[in-house]
Amino acid sequence: MTDSAHIQVHHVTRVEGHGDITVRIQDGTLEEVRFSVVEAPRFFEAFLRDRDYAEVTHLASRICGICAVSHRGAALKATEAAFGTKISDQSFLLRRLAFHGEVLSSHILHIYFLAAPDYLGVPSLLHLAEKDRDTVLRAMRLKQTAYDLCQWVVGRHTHPVAMNVGGFPFVHDAKPLGPLRERLEKSMADIRDTVSLFNTFSIPEFERETEYVSLSHPEHYALYDGNVVSSDGQRISPDQYRDFIEEYPVSYSTAKYARFNRPEYMVGALARVNNNFEHLSPFAQEVADLAALRAPCFNPFMNTTAQIVECAHCLEESIQIIDQLVERNIRAEEEQAEVIPRAGRGVGAVEAPRGTLFHEYAYDVNGACTSANLVIPTAQNLGNLEADMRAYAPGIVYQDEKAIAHALEMLVRAYDPCISCSTHVIKTTGSTPS
Amino acid sequence: MTDKGQKPRIAFFDFACCEGCQLTVLQLEEKLLDLLQHVEVVEWREAMSGKADSHDIAFCEGSITREADVQRIKTIRNTANTVVGLGSCACIGCHNALKNRWPMEDVVKVVYGSEAGQLDSIPARPITSVVNVDYRILGCPASLPEIDRVIKCILTGQEYPLPNQPVCVECKLNDTLCVLEKGEVCLGPVTRCGCNAICTAYGDACHGCRGLMDEANLMAAVKVLTAEQLHPIMEVVARRYDVGQDQVRQWFTMYNTPDLQLKEESEQT
Ligand code: SF4
Ligand code: SF4
Ligand code: SF4
Repeated sequence: MTDSAHIQVHHVTRVEGHGDITVRIQDGTLEEVRFSVVEAPRFFEAFLRDRDYAEVTHLASRICGICAVSHRGAALKATEAAFGTKISDQSFLLRRLAFHGEVLSSHILHIYFLAAPDYLGVPSLLHLAEKDRDTVLRAMRLKQTAYDLCQWVVGRHTHPVAMNVGGFPFVHDAKPLGPLRERLEKSMADIRDTVSLFNTFSIPEFERETEYVSLSHPEHYALYDGNVVSSDGQRISPDQYRDFIEEYPVSYSTAKYARFNRPEYMVGALARVNNNFEHLSPFAQEVADLAALRAPCFNPFMNTTAQIVECAHCLEESIQIIDQLVERNIRAEEEQAEVIPRAGRGVGAVEAPRGTLFHEYAYDVNGACTSANLVIPTAQNLGNLEADMRAYAPGIVYQDEKAIAHALEMLVRAYDPCISCSTHVIKTTGSTPS
Repeated sequence: MTDKGQKPRIAFFDFACCEGCQLTVLQLEEKLLDLLQHVEVVEWREAMSGKADSHDIAFCEGSITREADVQRIKTIRNTANTVVGLGSCACIGCHNALKNRWPMEDVVKVVYGSEAGQLDSIPARPITSVVNVDYRILGCPASLPEIDRVIKCILTGQEYPLPNQPVCVECKLNDTLCVLEKGEVCLGPVTRCGCNAICTAYGDACHGCRGLMDEANLMAAVKVLTAEQLHPIMEVVARRYDVGQDQVRQWFTMYNTPDLQLKEESEQT
C-alpha cells in the first residue's frame, strides 16, 4: 500500500527514444502523473529549409530508423502534391507493398522485442534465447521476412534507397517474388503462434473510451493513402489537417499536445483497427477473433494485439499485391514519372506503424524547400497516453512503488511510442540525460 | 579485457539520432544469438530493461547535440575499455550537423515557436570529436557486414582498419551503370567504401553517408563534377553532367558538414 510516493522512471526502456514517467501520490490520492520527453531535438524542420526536394525526401527517412519508409512516403506524397506529379499505378502498388513491409517489421519489433518481455518476465527477448529459442527465432524469422520484403521494393528498410519523387530510380525484377511470396504464406502460421503466445499473457483489463483518428479508404485498409477520419464522425482531406488538428502547449507538461475534437485522441494500430475493421483481410479478422479483439476496443493495452492483427493483414495483403504485380508484369517505363518542380505547398498523410503521420512542405520555383512541418504519431498520442495514465493509476495505487512504475511503463510501451522522431516535442525543465 | 572466464559486458548507448543503427544490429539475427554465448549484454535501453553500473564494451550511436551529452559520453568513455562509434551520426555527424549551418536561435524558433524556453542545444558533432573511439562503424545506417566484422575484431583483440577506397570501386565491381552518365551528382569518388555501393545498385546516387575517405581531394572532386579545370578530353565528358558547384557543395554537406568545414579550410590554405 502506497500512501505517499514520488515515482520517477528515468528513461523508460524498450521504447524508441527517451521518455520519463513521473507519478506523485499524496495520502493515497494521485496528485500528478506525467510522461515527459527528454529526447535531444534534431531540428529537421529547420535544416530541411533551402535544400533541394530530392535531398528533403532523402533526409526525411532519417527522422526515424523504425518508420523510415513512412517518413519517406509522407515526404514523397507531400512533394508530389506540391509539384502536381502523378506516379504510375505500378509505383502506387510498389509503395503500398513497402508500407506493408514496414508495418510488419515495426510491429514485430514492438510485439516481440519491446512488449512481450514484460509478460514473459525477462529483461529482453534475447534473454529468452536459452529457455525458449523457438519464440526468439520466430520473432527473428518474421522480422527478416518483413525486411526482405522492404529490401525487394526499396533496397533496404532502414533507410530506403530506391523510393524517390516520381517513383523508383531502378527497375524491379519480379523473379525473386516467388520465394518471398512463399515465405509470406508460411509466416501466417507464425502469426497464429504469436496469437497463441499472447493468449497466455494476462493483458491488464482497463478501458477508457477516447477519440480514435486514422486514415480511411473506401476500398482497402488504409496505410499509404486515404482521408483522415475521427471516430467522432469527421472525414477530412489530409491537406485540411491544419484546420482540424491543433497543437497546443499544456501547463503541466512541457511537450506540445494535439487536439482533434477532444482534448486528446489516439492514433496507431488500435485506432486503425477500430475505424477500419471491415477492411481488414479475412485472415486478419480471423486473427482478431482468435485474440478476442473486437472493434471498437477501448483498452490501450490491446494496441499490441491490434498490431498482431495488422501483421496478419500485412502478410495477406502483401501476397495480393505481389500477385497483382506478377500478373501485370513490372514495366520499366512505369518506374519513374517525370518530375517538374514548381512553387507550391503540399501535404502528405500516411499511416506510419504508430499512427497518422503528416508531412507538409513548401517549395520555391526551383524545387528548394522554403518551409517544412511534420506532425508525428507519438506527439499526437502524448495527450491520450497521459489521460490513460491518469485514469489507470488510481486503480493501481495500492501496489508497491515498483509495481506501479512497472505497470505504467507497460502502458507507455503499449503505445509503442517513437520518441526520437517527435520533432514537435519539447522539454524545457527537469531531468537531464544520464 | 576482463577476468578470465568472465564474458565481456556490452552496453549500447544512444545520443541524438534515429536509432536506425541499433536496429541494424538486431538484423544480425541468429548471429546475435551466437554472439550472446560470448558476451553479456548489460544495457540496451531500446531492447532491454535495466541499467548497468559498468560495462567493458560500449557501442555508442548518435551525435552530440547538448552540453549534457558531452559529460555523458566522457563518462561512458571512462567506464569502458572499448568504445565503438556506431554509425555515421556517431562517427561523422551525419545530417544532425546540418542545423549548424543556421543560427541556433533561428533553428529553435522554427521548430518550437517563440514559446520555446531554454533549450540545451549546441552545434552537433560526432562522438568521435569529443572522445577517442577504438572502432568506427560507418554508414547511415551502419553497414551490417561492418558491424559483424568489428564485433569479431573486438572479441579477438584485433584492430579494424576502415577501408580506404572510394565507393566507385565497389560500384564497378557490381557492374552498376555510373549515375554520372545520367547527369546526376554522385559522391562515390570521394566517399569511403564498405556498403557494397548499395545506393547506386538501386539506381540512386551515393550521398556520401559513409563519410569522406582519408585524404579525399574534395576540391578536385567538385571541379571534376562541375567540369572545371579539366583536361580538354575529360571536359567534353564532364560537360554532359551539367551540374553547378553550388549543387555539388550542397550535396557534400548532407552527411559531412563537420569534415567538410575542416577540409575546405585546410585545402584553401
Ligand atoms: S547514422 Fe543514420 S541510421 Fe544510424 S542512427 Fe544516425 S541517422 Fe540513424
Ligand atoms: S555511380 Fe557513383 S559510385 Fe558508381 S562509379 Fe559512378 S561516381 Fe562512382
Ligand atoms: S552508396 Fe554512398 S550513400 Fe549509399 S550507403 Fe554507400 S556510402 Fe552511403
